[in-house]
Amino acid sequence: MARTNSRPLSPHLTIWKWGPAMAISILHRVTGNGLATVGAMGLVWWLTAAAIGPDAYASFMKCATSPLGYVVMVGLTWTFFQHMFSGLRHFVLDIGAGYELKANKSWALVVPVAAIIVTGFVWLYILGKGF
Amino acid sequence: MGNGTGIGRVRGLGSAKHGAHHWLAQRYTAAGNLLLVLWLIVSLLTLPGLDYESVVGWIAHPLVAVPLMLMIVSIFWHLRLGMQVMLEDYVHDKGLAFLSILLLNFYAIGGAAAGLFAIAKIAFTGAAS
Repeated sequence: MARTNSRPLSPHLTIWKWGPAMAISILHRVTGNGLATVGAMGLVWWLTAAAIGPDAYASFMKCATSPLGYVVMVGLTWTFFQHMFSGLRHFVLDIGAGYELKANKSWALVVPVAAIIVTGFVWLYILGKGF
Repeated sequence: MGNGTGIGRVRGLGSAKHGAHHWLAQRYTAAGNLLLVLWLIVSLLTLPGLDYESVVGWIAHPLVAVPLMLMIVSIFWHLRLGMQVMLEDYVHDKGLAFLSILLLNFYAIGGAAAGLFAIAKIAFTGAAS
């Protein structure tokens, strides 16, 4: 790519000091692409297995409730809520609010905490109910 | 790209070359996902069980099948837009970028079709014997 030297170049990843806002932004992309691949394929697998019949559904459930299956499901739960809360933060930023340095940093820190707490509650509920 | 007015100079730049409609559709489908996926999670948590009969009986209900189908459309549309942005940022070779967007379209439309068909089959035929 040709670049005119007269235009300023913004400092890149290796020069920035890590901060909550950029970590949340990177996590938003990572979790989004995780949901788009593993999450969406898992959802379609579940629906297709249910549409094929009891045997296909049973083999889906066998995979889903294996130790690795639980790791994936807990991981997807956290991934969803992380992406959801940082997505809600995006909505606020989109309307032009929350750019003050302190407010921006605080809400960036709230996102991962909220995601972990809600994921914890969901799985405590599932374990308590014992499906 | 022109060289006259301010907007004429910036139009067509950036890794995507354009984008207001893309940006808005990403937000519309985000709102759709927010409502529909939260509904799915709460529904699954409150179902009596996640065995075959409970799940198929639940999906077959019209008030479940329709929002579930809308959710599939919203999810696959949203992931189609989101993964496009990721590919545009990281796949620099023009040929590979074209190929990756082609495969992304296959994945998004194919995945959505599979999900919609599965829901429709359950809704129209009920549980397989």
